[in-house]
Amino acid sequence: MAHDHSHDDDIVGQVPSDPALRVKALESVLVELGLVDPAAVDAWIETYERRIGPHNGARVVARAWSDPGFKQHLLANGSGAIADLDMLGIQGQHITVVENTPAIHNLIVCTLCSCYPLPLLGLPPRWYKSAPYRSRAVIDPRGVLKEFGVELAPEVEVRVWDSTSEVRYLVLPQRPPGTEKMSEGELASLVTRDSMIGTARQLAVPGGRR
Amino acid sequence: MNGIHDMGGMHGFGPIELEAKEPVFHEPWEARMFGLRRAMTSPPGSTIDRFRFLRESMPPAAYLTWSYYEHWYYSTVRSLLEAGYLTMAELRSGHAAADRVRRKDAMRAGDVAEARKTGGVFTRALDAAPRFSVGDGVATRNLQPTGHTRLPRYARGRRGSIHNRHGGHVLADASARGEGERPEHLYTVMFTARELWGEQVAANDKVFLDLWESYLEPA
Repeated sequence: MAHDHSHDDDIVGQVPSDPALRVKALESVLVELGLVDPAAVDAWIETYERRIGPHNGARVVARAWSDPGFKQHLLANGSGAIADLDMLGIQGQHITVVENTPAIHNLIVCTLCSCYPLPLLGLPPRWYKSAPYRSRAVIDPRGVLKEFGVELAPEVEVRVWDSTSEVRYLVLPQRPPGTEKMSEGELASLVTRDSMIGTARQLAVPGGRR
Repeated sequence: MNGIHDMGGMHGFGPIELEAKEPVFHEPWEARMFGLRRAMTSPPGSTIDRFRFLRESMPPAAYLTWSYYEHWYYSTVRSLLEAGYLTMAELRSGHAAADRVRRKDAMRAGDVAEARKTGGVFTRALDAAPRFSVGDGVATRNLQPTGHTRLPRYARGRRGSIHNRHGGHVLADASARGEGERPEHLYTVMFTARELWGEQVAANDKVFLDLWESYLEPA
């Protein structure tokens, strides 16, 4: 290594305490060195602020609800089915989809960091990356779900998926009753981010009963 | 490493703080940090696993008090310092030293869509057949590496069964050490919640982890 380890360990003490100043200085140096083009930084930000988000995952869910053949493919080979929709991408080239049923509830976490199916859900919310969620989702998923307003009957099996590899997980929520006549687009509008992480279970139908 | 990042099963962090209508980024600098990491030319060997290891190597007190994109700042800066791509003096001044060579090969805005779509494929073809089949009983090895690993402390020395096979995947442990990809068969392993957490948890609950073949032995 080019630098003494104790020196590197002191990054925390040697840089400005204000993160905005810290990042501004880093960007300035990287741009001067030609290691970064600020327009490319803008493009990455714009991609996740405007284009990639939970509406992508909602499209996958609505397709699965509407097309039994697609659903079967999706559950057997998530990456393959999502590739057919041309929706794979960085931090989500390998996807496993897990299905909620009346007897099973799935919950996704990354205890070690923040792994999340980016092409389908965008960037994770702050709570997903937080110590309380990461620490408790595996040991007390029912308690975590209660904080999200989800009360599970004891007989429902909870399956927690700790995302420890580059395989990313998406929950296929249950299709709400009373939606039989809805188009795929209408169905997609019912699907929430949290229902695809598993921190929500029942989806609301406008004008219908919950 | 047995670091502060390995949080599964820890107590004491309090309730989950939910936020209605959460923005993608809370501060402009968070967005810049995210974009910088994605757009910048990383030093050779700075794999995503190396970045993860550097983040895990933060002083534990800073890990807990610095926010998420400050972690990204830390791992990014440390990677660049280690490679000699920048110095602490440059970082503090916000200016490159006069004698530095300026590069011209940074990712352009027009490259971003393709990089997002095609980046980050970790599957690798393997000649060796997988050692385990779906349904096989396995035990996780009691590994305590000081480097990066994807076998959390809470799942070491535990019995489970093979739920699914994913074929060959880059071994994160090796990639983080700069030892190349060393792909291995990757499996989803199912554990009963009681195997991991004891009798106080629900008898029907399960926890699934993705684990590489070298983490596992027959059981």
